[in-house]
Amino acid sequence: MNILVLLKMVPDVVEELEVAGDGKSLDTSFLRTIINERDDHALEQAILLKERHGGKVTVVALDAPDIDDTLFATMAKGADRAVKITDAPEGMTTQMAAKLCGQVVAGLLPADLVLTGVQALDDLDGLSAALVAQQLNFPYIGVVTAVTAGGPTATVLKEFAGGVRGEFAVTLPAVLGVQAAEKPPRYVPVAKVRAVMKTNKIETVSAPGDAGAAQIEVRQLAKPVVSSHAEMLEGSPEEAAGKLVELLAQRGLL
Amino acid sequence: MPVIAEDMNEITLENLWNTPEGHRVLSCMQCGMCAGTCPYGEVMEYPPRRIIGMLKAGELDTVLRSQSLLTCVTCYACMNKCPRGIRLTEVLLPLVKEQTFIQLTDMPAELQKALENTDRYGNPLGESPRKRADWVKTSKVPVRILPTDRKPTDVLWFVECYTAYHPRGQDNCRATAKLFHALGVDFAILGHEEKCAGECARLTGETGLFDKLTDYTMKLLGKYKFNRLVTSGAHAYDTFVHEYRPRGFNHELDHTVSFFASRLDQLKPKLKKKLNYTVTYHDACALGRHNNMYDEPRKLLAAIPGVKLVEMEHNRENGICCGGGGGGMWLDTYYKAKGYERLSERRIKEAIATGANVLAVSCPYEVSRFEDALKTVGGNSNMIVRDVVELLAESLEE
Repeated sequence: MNILVLLKMVPDVVEELEVAGDGKSLDTSFLRTIINERDDHALEQAILLKERHGGKVTVVALDAPDIDDTLFATMAKGADRAVKITDAPEGMTTQMAAKLCGQVVAGLLPADLVLTGVQALDDLDGLSAALVAQQLNFPYIGVVTAVTAGGPTATVLKEFAGGVRGEFAVTLPAVLGVQAAEKPPRYVPVAKVRAVMKTNKIETVSAPGDAGAAQIEVRQLAKPVVSSHAEMLEGSPEEAAGKLVELLAQRGLL
Repeated sequence: MPVIAEDMNEITLENLWNTPEGHRVLSCMQCGMCAGTCPYGEVMEYPPRRIIGMLKAGELDTVLRSQSLLTCVTCYACMNKCPRGIRLTEVLLPLVKEQTFIQLTDMPAELQKALENTDRYGNPLGESPRKRADWVKTSKVPVRILPTDRKPTDVLWFVECYTAYHPRGQDNCRATAKLFHALGVDFAILGHEEKCAGECARLTGETGLFDKLTDYTMKLLGKYKFNRLVTSGAHAYDTFVHEYRPRGFNHELDHTVSFFASRLDQLKPKLKKKLNYTVTYHDACALGRHNNMYDEPRKLLAAIPGVKLVEMEHNRENGICCGGGGGGMWLDTYYKAKGYERLSERRIKEAIATGANVLAVSCPYEVSRFEDALKTVGGNSNMIVRDVVELLAESLEE
């Protein structure tokens, strides 16, 4: 089966994020980007499906710092092709990015499945996958944690609150928003990535002209304001326990 | 003198039999000394003796599938005991381990995270590279950071990861800085430019990552002028001796323990504060068995006023590994899930049995490993864990 995986880079929060001077964007001077965790799961799910059913996995991503390393790593893990979308406008909203990516994905069809992360650090609403599905006129199901393919439909597990899972049949081709792959994303040895860098190429596609206009404007980006603090109880365990009991009693909790 | 394995990178499992090392492996008489001394010998499906037998019988794939080598903590005990002088831990086991690693279908999660972190951030803890020298702000003595002050230095102090980031490692850092300062040493650190020296990547079987890290560090060291590299990492020291030397690293080299031991005449008069401790010393495998550094830490401890040194049942070349080497640092959950005893727990019981109230160590992995072991199997013991440099620095105080 042919699977397209749409992935993107998000800010790596190992470095503390700083707001830029304009008060509306992130300071990029020390910013590093990393593959969106859910997209990494989408890739893993795609490779698991390829291992089970054969076929090809093509990864598609918007250009970003460090994207080449990430794309080579996806090929070292088992993706067959990697396509990078270059020259996209800066500061796109999720809707604009989805519109661009949707057009590129449409150009790479036919595919049985389009997999992408159900959410991203900068898309907690989980809009991307649904918007791409709408554009392709494919069915969409999100929060997917397992996929069984074969035949004209796929069976997917969708996660609900409280650990409840529902099983759904979805007609192919379809877009799936992946919450978690059936197994954690695999490790790829550095030597393998380096070998792929020598033998494989990343294809590039120029961003299609029309990303549409931003309908949402960022007014302000700000760090949370510290309003209160935690009180640390000092002393030996016995002393700290004594103080804790005293505090609870004072607040009428005992 | 440690063996410098200059031909090691030329040996692969395919060409093993055509090398002098391969001939030595063929001389194995299956005495089983290696399997008997291996701390995980009784749980490994294929301990070193059987690996050699399987290799000779062309049955290596069975060994790789068994994942036995995930349990090798590279403690050098088997190599140390081999009557035929087969360089098990230096040559044979890393080759088998590398193949085991490449064929692993399910990598233990903590190990995977540690390797991914080391690749991405230069440290297995997944901490920000920019914060590598943050501990300096808490040092009571000035610490020069080379990237911001590039003038030549006598001692380039290669701090290493657990020392730079782990809260207890940072205690080691502050102590080391204080000792350098007390001795009037001209020293500086690499700050955010330093990355893991890579030893555990190599001994986990992730040789590609090790090559990437050594390439980086060799280039980085070439940027600065210094006379001597001193590292707090026992594993870093080991890898500088055995892996960086053959790659062209030619500076004077010390672990903090050997550095301070070589300056003991100068240091001893400054050790004025009496510490009323009974201390037992745990030999780090990377310093002891692999680099014969048994006397230096003991000399330092004996120089501290009020310290009484007692030995554990297994000491020096017979010391039991803490379980942190060869990737073991990130395999505790894996071992526990398999029902294996954690080696740090086995070792701490021996330490407690000496009646000592301080367990002294000299590898940055060991402080947290043994402090955790005290929590799980320490019972009512009042034992504390201190790096040798921490004890020295404590004795400096009036």
